[in-house]
Amino acid sequence: MATTERSAYRQMEDSITMDARLERFGTVDGGEHELLTVNLGPHHPATHGVLRLLVTLQGEVVIDLRPIIGYVHTGIEKTAEQKSYWKAIPVVERMDYLAYMFNATAYCGAVESLLDLEVPKRGQYLRVIHMELNRIMSHLVWLGTSALDLGAMSMFWFCFRERERILDLFEQSTGQRMHTRYIQVGGVMEDIPRGFEEKLREFIAIMPKRVGQYRDMLYKNEIALQRLKGICPLDEESLLALGVTGPLLRAAGNPWDLRKADPYCSYEDFDFKIPVGTEGDNWDRLAVRLAEMEQSVRIIEQALDGLPEGPHITEDRKIALPPRHELGTSMEALIHHFKLVTEGFRVPPGEHYYPIESPRGELGCFVRADGSSKPARVHMRDPSFVNLQATAPMTRGTYIADLIATLAMLDPVLGGIDR
Amino acid sequence: MTTVLAEVGFYEPVWIQILKAIIIFAVGLQIVPIVLLAERKVLGRFQNRIGPNRVGPFGAMQPLADIGKLLWKEEFRPKTSIGFLFVLAPIISVLTASATLAIVPFGNVVDIFGEPVGLYGIDVNIGILYAFAFGAVAFYGIVLGGWASGSKFSFLGAMRGAAQLISYEVAGGLAVVGVVMMAGSLSLTEIVEAQARDGLWFFIPQFVGFIVFLTAAFAETNRAPFDLPEADAELVGGYNTEYGGGGFATYYMAEYLNIVVLSAITATLFLGGWLLPFGIDPPTWVDPFVVIAKIFALSFFWIWIRATLPRLRYDQLMSFGWKILLPLATINTLVTAILVVVW
Repeated sequence: MATTERSAYRQMEDSITMDARLERFGTVDGGEHELLTVNLGPHHPATHGVLRLLVTLQGEVVIDLRPIIGYVHTGIEKTAEQKSYWKAIPVVERMDYLAYMFNATAYCGAVESLLDLEVPKRGQYLRVIHMELNRIMSHLVWLGTSALDLGAMSMFWFCFRERERILDLFEQSTGQRMHTRYIQVGGVMEDIPRGFEEKLREFIAIMPKRVGQYRDMLYKNEIALQRLKGICPLDEESLLALGVTGPLLRAAGNPWDLRKADPYCSYEDFDFKIPVGTEGDNWDRLAVRLAEMEQSVRIIEQALDGLPEGPHITEDRKIALPPRHELGTSMEALIHHFKLVTEGFRVPPGEHYYPIESPRGELGCFVRADGSSKPARVHMRDPSFVNLQATAPMTRGTYIADLIATLAMLDPVLGGIDR
Repeated sequence: MTTVLAEVGFYEPVWIQILKAIIIFAVGLQIVPIVLLAERKVLGRFQNRIGPNRVGPFGAMQPLADIGKLLWKEEFRPKTSIGFLFVLAPIISVLTASATLAIVPFGNVVDIFGEPVGLYGIDVNIGILYAFAFGAVAFYGIVLGGWASGSKFSFLGAMRGAAQLISYEVAGGLAVVGVVMMAGSLSLTEIVEAQARDGLWFFIPQFVGFIVFLTAAFAETNRAPFDLPEADAELVGGYNTEYGGGGFATYYMAEYLNIVVLSAITATLFLGGWLLPFGIDPPTWVDPFVVIAKIFALSFFWIWIRATLPRLRYDQLMSFGWKILLPLATINTLVTAILVVVW
């Protein structure tokens, strides 16, 4: 092959040699000649997407590892710049594909802040209900796949059984199971339909029992205990230094949760607890997320009980589409509809960062507006991306099986990492 | 020259021996797809789903479809692999598993057309040692397969397989010593007859040995929770990562054949072989069906465990084998030896 220009990325990849590893980290007992560099991924069953880990092994012990990302880079942030504000919602939803409600809320929240727009109380409560359902669903996927990585395959199906109920609820209220585009600038797209409340009440009645069953399956299993207790802990300071947030940080004992620390969407109205761990090991990461599911159910119950009457989306016709029935009778409604659908609404110049608590940690959306109907810049601070940094410090010196388990406990979503 | 063949005590015509070989092989290999289907169906039930139900009535043709699909696939292997060993390895696996089938007693001696015929392939006087010998050789299938693939994941899987063999073969072997001492024979038929004589199946007096042997048997079949050599989450597919098509189908079959064979051996050693409980003494033709029923019951246990338990970690597996199972088996052997001498 002719001398082709090697990209900077390829050169970086090639520069990762075994010698460089050795200089930096040494080995466990001086067995320099027995190092094995293994490529875990990008298509490996346990990397939760297309993450690639370049792992240096001595026998079964992980000497060093380096995550290589970028395999599902979709340019969503750039795409969003080409769309009018309300058309960017479906694309930002597709970043972290397990937390679409959160992506949309972060983005819409930033735009609403720029517009200085007040979301009606009912819209906020409906957002909370859907976000917490999404949180449970995301944790269920995490629990199922993590258990699968540990070799407990039945858990996967039990978790997906409940996930199915949530997706059915989403289908009922939004028309879509995933990537619902339910959260809208100014509120939510539609009010909840008839029958939704009964189904949701059934779900919140059964979910705490299911969480108890998951606990029974894992907490009383000696092998699961051995595989999780005391494995790959990382202390609070290191986590904070790496910028890690979410359940990982809470497992280390820091009760940092934006729902309490900086309430948005009326989270201050609800009574719920922030579960924290003590050791920061894989066991705590599991326990914290299981407890979070129960707390989410509590929030949903309160939001459903206290669901205020009123509009679900702002009445400001310059921002939100007029209701369908007005189109036939009102000239203004028709004009508003036409303007919104063709050009979209304009946002005054400025920039805003809107952080919310996603299932994986602090999910922030930065939006810069230049006065036109399209955002000048949309950037997401995705928690998976930041949390992934903690993989190497957590797993150096452990076994490859623990590396897989810890990676599962980090709960990275590659769609969010690469964006 | 000392005799290495069986001391059967009677003469079996050659045609009967050939017929027996064919029948045992055919029956043994018929059980394999049933266990395969049962695994998928039962796992489905455990996991709140239906399992295969599309191919044939109640999905009964699913194993055939599975194997057929695999056999029609293109065979390929990595550039770095060693071709000869790459092909040989799965064959070793399946050969050793089917060889052990020969000593499984499906019943005692019966008369067929006036000829005394033992309802087993061969009753070697080394008995259970034959099973362990082939069990040990079976790991060459895994180690060679992993090594010859020329892939790092396969290599790691093969290394795990080798370590697992050493750890668990020892404990499993020691666990059987208690049974052998109580029966006073290595021959599997005599072990069953000893259980008939005492009216007590060995899993009661040899309960510790039973548990240790069963655990070691799980490790031998590379099934959950000891499926480390193929640990799909960690090593992609372990030793069979690079195998596709026929090679994979062969490994797949060897795994299930191993389950069947080890279930049969466990049933013979500890669960009374062809005997029925409560002194029920059916006609001789029922015996093979009793053995097959016990094989299925134990295979169900194998599937049950797979649906329940997570996978152990490599070092935990090692310390479990050496620090818990081996001392247990040793103490069991010692106590049994003392009791056998005292009584």
